[in-house]
Amino acid sequence: MYAASAPCWWMALRRMRRKLFGRTLPLLSLFAAFSFVVMMFNLPLPGGTTGHAVGVGIAAIVLGPWGASLAISLALAIQALFFGDGGITTLGANCFNMAIAGSFAAWGIYRLVSLGAAAESRRRVIAAALAGYGAINLSALLAAVEFGIQPMLFHDATGAPLYAPYRLGIAIPAMMAGHLTVAGAAEAVMSAGLFSYLRRSDPALLGIAPQSAPRAAASLWGVLAVALLLTPLGILAGGAAWGEWAPRDFADAAARARIAAASGNVAAPAAVPSGLARLASLWTAPMPSYAPQFIRSTAFGYLLSAMFGVGAILGAAWLVQRVLPRREP
Amino acid sequence: MSTGVITRTARGFTSVLAQALISEHSAHQRGVLQALDPRVKVVGLLSLVLATALSRHIAVVAVLLALAVALALVSRLSLWSMAKRVWLVAFLFTFTIAVPALFLTPGEPLLQLPGVPAITAQGTRSAAMLLLRVESAVTLSTLLVLTTPWMHLLKALRALMVPVEAIMMLAMTHRYAVLLTETANAMFESRQSRMVGRLEGREQRRLMINSGGVLLSKTLEMGNQVFLAMQARGFRGEIRLLDEFHMRGRDYFALGALLAAAALAVAAGR
Repeated sequence: MYAASAPCWWMALRRMRRKLFGRTLPLLSLFAAFSFVVMMFNLPLPGGTTGHAVGVGIAAIVLGPWGASLAISLALAIQALFFGDGGITTLGANCFNMAIAGSFAAWGIYRLVSLGAAAESRRRVIAAALAGYGAINLSALLAAVEFGIQPMLFHDATGAPLYAPYRLGIAIPAMMAGHLTVAGAAEAVMSAGLFSYLRRSDPALLGIAPQSAPRAAASLWGVLAVALLLTPLGILAGGAAWGEWAPRDFADAAARARIAAASGNVAAPAAVPSGLARLASLWTAPMPSYAPQFIRSTAFGYLLSAMFGVGAILGAAWLVQRVLPRREP
Repeated sequence: MSTGVITRTARGFTSVLAQALISEHSAHQRGVLQALDPRVKVVGLLSLVLATALSRHIAVVAVLLALAVALALVSRLSLWSMAKRVWLVAFLFTFTIAVPALFLTPGEPLLQLPGVPAITAQGTRSAAMLLLRVESAVTLSTLLVLTTPWMHLLKALRALMVPVEAIMMLAMTHRYAVLLTETANAMFESRQSRMVGRLEGREQRRLMINSGGVLLSKTLEMGNQVFLAMQARGFRGEIRLLDEFHMRGRDYFALGALLAAAALAVAAGR
């Protein structure tokens, strides 16, 4: 199994070598150390039992399949070499099953299930749980097959198995029973839990932060579009807005009555206020009364005016953003 | 059950930290294996592990186990502590796996107990072989770890053509595995000291996952700090390991003896 793992490690190191000049080297080692510690967590599972997770699910999501292969291999190597758990002779097989096959399975499942899901989507959490569950069970299945074929390959003259003593028919159910229930559940719970935690605390690490910013902007654009489409509703409101009177309103009896009603029954002055008379001609809007002359439909004119207005505000905002220097925190 | 999970997890951390201390302590004792060049131990003892794995005769595996015990004795390792920490754990784990093989392996019946299938000769031989092989390999690899300081052991892996990047990452992983174990231990102990009453299963699960999340945040933060520290010390992607090993006469002799023993075991065990 060392022979099977070695080319994968070599490939992973080659792929990561370019990145090892940067933050990747400490990140991989630290993640491996984290995985080593997480393996010691007694995770209570529904039903009253406890299980241990490996951390392969979250490692594959954060580091990608090659990085996770290396990180989990490092964690298993530290366990086997330094703390004597797992043994040196079985390290190659453990790494192939859990670190290499497990990482690729977890990464594939997560990508597949979360395909097209929004950053905040619940589907991503489910994808993380399934990634952990699938990875651990694939690892267990591979281990069971490796155990199960040994009696066929290695036995002495009397038929006594030299290594693992059980055939596939026993090895597979014996391994899978524990992994489909306890170990798989522990990995699923830990992957989903840590995914949710990271999504809150450091979404960039999960590679979903860049999508969330345009998404927020996209929803803002959606609100703006709906607001624009609803602008003709303003026509339905009776009368003019308070204070937005034209000089001619002061001469019209009906308009005077509306001004008085809107102003707490205080009658409008008999003549046009001198300030208003002087300033009324100062600024002639390019679209007087919000409706260009060439448009018959008031509602459409209203909508068009609103779009021009919004466009002008956005343009001004963009200009201010470009002109003013950005202050770094 | 109220604090059971937290207590058990914290105990696990303490035991790992204790084991790390014991290894460092025994690696600095004045014994036969401790005095050898780490590269000799890596190549020699791993050859014996390989011979154990390749041997098809139970007697050869038993001799290799006896050789490993003898090496432990001349290296001033406590057999009692070895029995408790290594042999008993390996025995219990392997025995659980091996017991059904006594009954399930097809072959000539050796002993018929009431109500169960007969224990077969092939099953007994297979179970004994599995037990002895595991005990022997575990003892030999434990000898390597207990008689060599960890950093020397890693540098010696270069003798097995392990890439320098892998060695550096293993060294960092080990260092931060111990540090993070200490951090996690402190987190769980502080939580334990503040707990009164029972925690339901769901709350225990939430506590564990939140602790994992906090530890992951600390890990990533530490990863950034480590990278900045590496940069501050001039890291530009080139990895250099200080190699202070020098082979002496006794190292050559020990290497020859260990390789000869492994070769003999492989030849006799075929």
